[in-house]
Amino acid sequence: MMDKSEAELVAVTKSYGQSIAVDGISLKIPGNSYTCLLGPSGCGKSSTLRMLAGHETVSEGDILLGGKNITDLAPAERGTAMMFQSYALFPHLSVVDNVAFSLKMKGVEKTARRAEATKLLDLVDMAALAERLPAQLSGGQQQRVALARALITNPSILLLDEPLSALDPFLRLRMRSELKRLQRELGISFIHVTHSQDEALSLADRIIVMNKGRIEQVGSAQEVFDRPKTQFVAQFMGGHNVMHDGQSRLAIRSDKITIAKSNPDGSAGIPATVRAIEYLGTTFSVALDATGMAQTSNPVSVTVPDSVFSHETMEIGQTVFLTWMPDDAHRLAS
Amino acid sequence: MSSKQNFSDALSGWLMAAPLVIVLALFLVLPIAMIVVVSFWGATEFSIYPAFKLDNYEFLLRSSVTYSVYLKTFMFTIISWALCLVIGFTVAYFLAFHVRTQTWQIVLFLLCTVPFWTSNIIRMISWVPFLGRNGIANQTLMSMGVIEQPLEWLLFSDFAVVLAFVHLYTLFMVVPIFNTMMRIDKSLLEAARDAGATGFQTLTNVILPLTKPGIMIGSIFVVTLVMGDFITVRFMSGSQSANVGRLISNDVALLRYPSAAATSVVLLITVLITIGIMLRFVNIRKEL
Repeated sequence: MMDKSEAELVAVTKSYGQSIAVDGISLKIPGNSYTCLLGPSGCGKSSTLRMLAGHETVSEGDILLGGKNITDLAPAERGTAMMFQSYALFPHLSVVDNVAFSLKMKGVEKTARRAEATKLLDLVDMAALAERLPAQLSGGQQQRVALARALITNPSILLLDEPLSALDPFLRLRMRSELKRLQRELGISFIHVTHSQDEALSLADRIIVMNKGRIEQVGSAQEVFDRPKTQFVAQFMGGHNVMHDGQSRLAIRSDKITIAKSNPDGSAGIPATVRAIEYLGTTFSVALDATGMAQTSNPVSVTVPDSVFSHETMEIGQTVFLTWMPDDAHRLAS
Repeated sequence: MSSKQNFSDALSGWLMAAPLVIVLALFLVLPIAMIVVVSFWGATEFSIYPAFKLDNYEFLLRSSVTYSVYLKTFMFTIISWALCLVIGFTVAYFLAFHVRTQTWQIVLFLLCTVPFWTSNIIRMISWVPFLGRNGIANQTLMSMGVIEQPLEWLLFSDFAVVLAFVHLYTLFMVVPIFNTMMRIDKSLLEAARDAGATGFQTLTNVILPLTKPGIMIGSIFVVTLVMGDFITVRFMSGSQSANVGRLISNDVALLRYPSAAATSVVLLITVLITIGIMLRFVNIRKEL
């Protein structure tokens, strides 16, 4: 049997006049999973989400949900629910009426819909503030209400548009774990649009990295971070150095490069000059100019654990040698 | 030191408030006070004299003409207000939610204001050749065979008065409603659609409640303008209808200033009570 929360995009294109926001992407999103659409602004991730939600028409291609073609259905008929970036709570309605809104539209009687809404508010721990207006809530509380409002329609897929971007860093971490917990408890799919690598890495079962309307790479968080397929992914995910070994580009994680002060083998190490040293708490970040290697992403950044750094101190301007294990260098598609 | 500091703070506060206080005192409070004072004066056929008597009010409140004129004034007000509201809301809704680009919104909005480049009187008089006995409206209807005889009620009638009021004052409804609608976050409409609301449900459950302050501000404009008007009623009814404004203007024309003042005071109180009642329904403070 097909999972109700399994979604598929088939050659979906979104164009606004001449400009193409999403360029023929095909994609399968497994049921009961947490998926992050990751990319810089303008990469088409939000358009993709809004097409899934039905708030943007599809120029070409089809969208399937649970095996059913939903391309031309109205948002409420799709089995999706959307949580908006600014939460979009109705300012004139109390928390409980905001959550009960979709039931009211269906004509559910007042006490029944309020009772149902209170259940959802319990789920997000907001039942105590049910009678407040949205303006009387903090950002985190507003988000919980928005979440409850989206979930009251029993969606098979919850679509989240940059849900954490309006929160302060501390709340962001807390809501992050809460979103993950909710997804596991409800057993539905969450599709979460973000431009933050940290958010995607910590939350997602699957990350879809997008750039310029196309998909660069799809994979688990570890796959995407550890084995980037393209230079864009390596640079966007961060923590990588892109090198050139004469034939093709290589991506090497900055913590997989070793700095040696002398070159014992005589050939393996690449000579480099130390340009800057930054202390980051548990590690040191060393920036170097690798003069010996053509077309490197300058400067090369190497992360050194503080325990290693403390008995191998370096000075700016010093010449050192860089080595890495062959397995840690990933060839990138050109 | 600190008391001196406090004193200069208080002084600068008073100084900053002074210009507005002086302007309001001279041009608002003083004239109204004058009218109130004069309303107690006495009058003969050829003179007025200072006194304190309630004759003017007594005559006004005992005359049945006063009540029928007030009734007529309220009738004009309610009908014009209702029509202005329906038309104004529709126009503002179209501008705010159906016109996609800001350029077109500005262009169409300016188009709405074009009639305001001429005076009220000219806009009123321009209806005469259209609505008159041999006017465009009657001629067109007769040539189409819809009517045999020219319609008499088109001009110099209550219909014409209401038509002119609606024509003159709808924009005062459009502007505040449009302004409030533009402040509605568009994602709210998407959220409503996402929750399964139809277009009409979104209108009644989201847009209308959020537009209430704008509707109320527009309503205050229209109600005060219509209740205080006299020239439109005189022109468009062909002096066949009367409202409170015309009572006052007639008194003034006959140099019965104390009586005119008393009528003005009663009208002012009536309008203030009406607005007070309207403000009970909607809190417009967040809009100002």
